[in-house]
Amino acid sequence: MHMLSPLQTFTIEGLYSLFRGDREVNWKDEDSIQDQFLSSVDGQAMSKQTRRDFLFLATGVASAVGVSGLVWPFIDQLRPDDDERAVESTITVDISSIEKGMTFTVKWRGKPVMIRNQTTEEIEESRATPLKALKDHYARNANLPADTPATSLARSAGKGRENWIILINICTHLGCIPHVCAGSYNGWFCSCHGSSYDTVGRIRSGPASRNMAIPPYQFISEKVISIR
Amino acid sequence: MIKEKGTYRPKTRCSRFLNHRLPFPRLIHDSIIKYYVPKNLNYFYTFGCILILMLTSQILTGIVMAMHYVPDVGSAFESREHFMRSGRYGWLFGPWHAVGSSFFFIAVYIHLARSLYYGSHKSPREIVWILGVFIYLTMMATAFIGHVLAWSMISAAEVSIAAGLFRAMPLVGSWLYETLLGGYSIGQPTLNRFYVVHSLLPFVLVFLIVLHIWAVHMVGQNNPTGLDVQSERETIPFVPYAAIKYVFTISIFLIFFAWFLFYMPDYMSHADHHIQADIFRTPQHVVPEWYFLPFYTMLRAITFDVGPLESTLFGVMVLTGSLLILLFVPWLDRSQVRSARFRPLYRICYWLFIVDVIFLGWLGSQSVNDVDVIWSQIGTAFYFIFFLIIMPYLPRFEKNWLPASIEEVIHQKK
Ligand code: HEM
Ligand code: FES
Repeated sequence: MHMLSPLQTFTIEGLYSLFRGDREVNWKDEDSIQDQFLSSVDGQAMSKQTRRDFLFLATGVASAVGVSGLVWPFIDQLRPDDDERAVESTITVDISSIEKGMTFTVKWRGKPVMIRNQTTEEIEESRATPLKALKDHYARNANLPADTPATSLARSAGKGRENWIILINICTHLGCIPHVCAGSYNGWFCSCHGSSYDTVGRIRSGPASRNMAIPPYQFISEKVISIR
Repeated sequence: MIKEKGTYRPKTRCSRFLNHRLPFPRLIHDSIIKYYVPKNLNYFYTFGCILILMLTSQILTGIVMAMHYVPDVGSAFESREHFMRSGRYGWLFGPWHAVGSSFFFIAVYIHLARSLYYGSHKSPREIVWILGVFIYLTMMATAFIGHVLAWSMISAAEVSIAAGLFRAMPLVGSWLYETLLGGYSIGQPTLNRFYVVHSLLPFVLVFLIVLHIWAVHMVGQNNPTGLDVQSERETIPFVPYAAIKYVFTISIFLIFFAWFLFYMPDYMSHADHHIQADIFRTPQHVVPEWYFLPFYTMLRAITFDVGPLESTLFGVMVLTGSLLILLFVPWLDRSQVRSARFRPLYRICYWLFIVDVIFLGWLGSQSVNDVDVIWSQIGTAFYFIFFLIIMPYLPRFEKNWLPASIEEVIHQKK
C-alpha cells in the first residue's frame, strides 16, 4: 500500500486517499522530514529548548487569549436587551370586581400573576392540611422571610385577607402554566408532567419540587394591590 | 504524486481531465460503486442509506417551507397555516416536511437498534457509534426547534419546558435561561434565533454524516455475524449487488411514507398544534412528538427528591443521562463477541430493553392521571440497568460459541 507522510495528508490527494480508507500513514517519515527541515533552517543542530520554542509558546498563548476574548461578544449578544428589563416592573390592580371563587390573571414582568379570591371551603381545606404532608416546607412568599413555613396563612395575603391568593402562575417544575381548579388537590394542575398543587399553590404531587412563587405585593387600599 | 490505484479508469476526455485535477469521479467509484461490503448484509443494513435519503428530503422541503415562513411572533403561525391551506402545493410540502421528520426518526431508531444488536458499536467502530450519537442528538435538537417554529399552543409549552430544563441547572440556570431565550421570557428574540438555528442544524448534520460515513469506510462495515471479514470471497461490490437490496427497502419505506403523507398527514400531530401560541396558556394535554415520548416519560417519572437533590433537578439529570449514556456504550459493553446472534443471554436482555423503550413511549402518550407513575419509574430504572449493569456484567456469565468465519455461517445455512 502506498505510504503517506502526515504532512502529505494535508494535500487534496492525501485527504482523498485517507477518505478512501488508506490508513498507512508513515509517522516515521514525519520525524525525518522535520529533522531535515530544522537542520536546513538552522545550521547548528537544534538544541531542544530554544528561543524559537519560547516564541511559539508565547504566540500560542497570546492567540488563545485573543480568541477567547472574541468569543465573549458572540455569547453576550444572545442576552436580553437592557430596555426589556425596564418594562412595567410595577403594576397596580383593582381587585374589587373579583368575587369569591373567581380568578384574575395579570401580566407582570412577562409572567402571569394569578389573583384568586378563595371560597370558604377552600380556605378550610388548606388549613386542614398538616404541614408534614407537604413536599416543600417553605412558604416561598416574597413578602415574608425566606424560612417561613408553608402554612395556609403564610401563603395567603395575611391575617384578615386569608381569602386572597396571589401567585406567579408558573409551574416550578419546568415552567408551564398550570390550570386552576384542577388536579387531585383542587388547586392547580400542570398538564405538562402532571404536578398537582393545592388550593394555596403548594406542591403536593408530581415532579415539581417547590410551591408556586408569591410575588412581592402590597395592599394599597382594600380594593387595590400593587405588585412591584 | 500519489500513484493511481483501485479499479477506476477514466473513460471520457472529460473524466480524464478531472481525474488529474479533482478526482471526484474516482472518489465516487472507489467509495460507492466498487466499495466492497460483506456479502451477508441483511435488510437492516439499508437504513443508513434511507437516512441519507430522508435528510435530503428534509433539507429540500425545509427550504421550501422557509421561503413561506415569517419568523415573527405575530405572523409565524398564520404564515405557516396560510401556506399549507392556500399556498401553491402547500398541502404537499407542509405535511411532507412534518411526516418526513417522523419517518426520519423511524429510520434512525431502526438503524440504532440494528447497531446495538449486531454489536456495531464495539471496537473498531467506536467512533462510528459516537458520531452516530452526536447525529442523533443533533436530529433531536433540529426536530424540537422546528416544532417550535409552528408557534402553536404545543410549541409554546415545549419551548417553556425546554427552557425550564436549562433553568433547573444549579448556579448558572437563570443566566443560561435568559441567554437562550434572549429575553426574560419567551418572545420575539427566541423565535428569531430558533428560526436561524433550525435552518443551520441540518447542515451540521450533513457534516457529521460525512464524518460518520468516512469512519465506516475506514474500518469497513460490520455484518450480522459480527465476525471480521477474512478474505475477499466474503465481500461483494456495493453496486450492483448490495445496492439492489437497498432499492427494494427504500421502495417499501417510501410506500409507507406516501401512505401516511397522502392519507393521514396529521396522524402523528395534535389538534392543539393548529391553534396559535399563547405563552400564558398551556393546553390541557401536552404530549411531545412520538419520538421524544420515552424521554418525556422519564421526566415525569422523577416525582421524588433524592437526598439534597430536588425532584426537578434530578429529573433533568435523568433525562440528560439517558441520552449521554449512549456515548459510553462502546466501553460499557464488555463482551468480546459482537453480534447478539451468538449471545443468547444478551439477546433476551436486548429485546427486554426494546420492549421497555416502547413501553416508556406508550406511557408517555397516556395522560398522567390514567397510569400509575410507578410504571414509569420501573421502566426508567430498567433503561439504566440495561446500560449500567447488564451491558458490563452480563459477559461474565455468558458462554459463547463462535463460528470461525462468515463463510462457515453461510455454508451452515445451506
Ligand atoms: C441521519 C442519521 C444517520 C445517517 C445518514 C447514517 C448513515 C450511515 C450509513 C450510510 C452507514 C453505513 C450503512 C449501514 O450500515 O447502514 C452507517 C453505519 C453505522 N451507523 Fe449510522 N447514520 C445515521 C445515524 C446513526 C446513529 C444515530 C447511530 C447510533 C447512535 C449510528 C450508528 C451507526 C453504526 C454503529 C454504523 C456501523 C454499522 C455497521 O458497520 O454494522 N448511525 N450509518
Ligand atoms: S412543567 Fe409543570 S409538571 Fe413539568
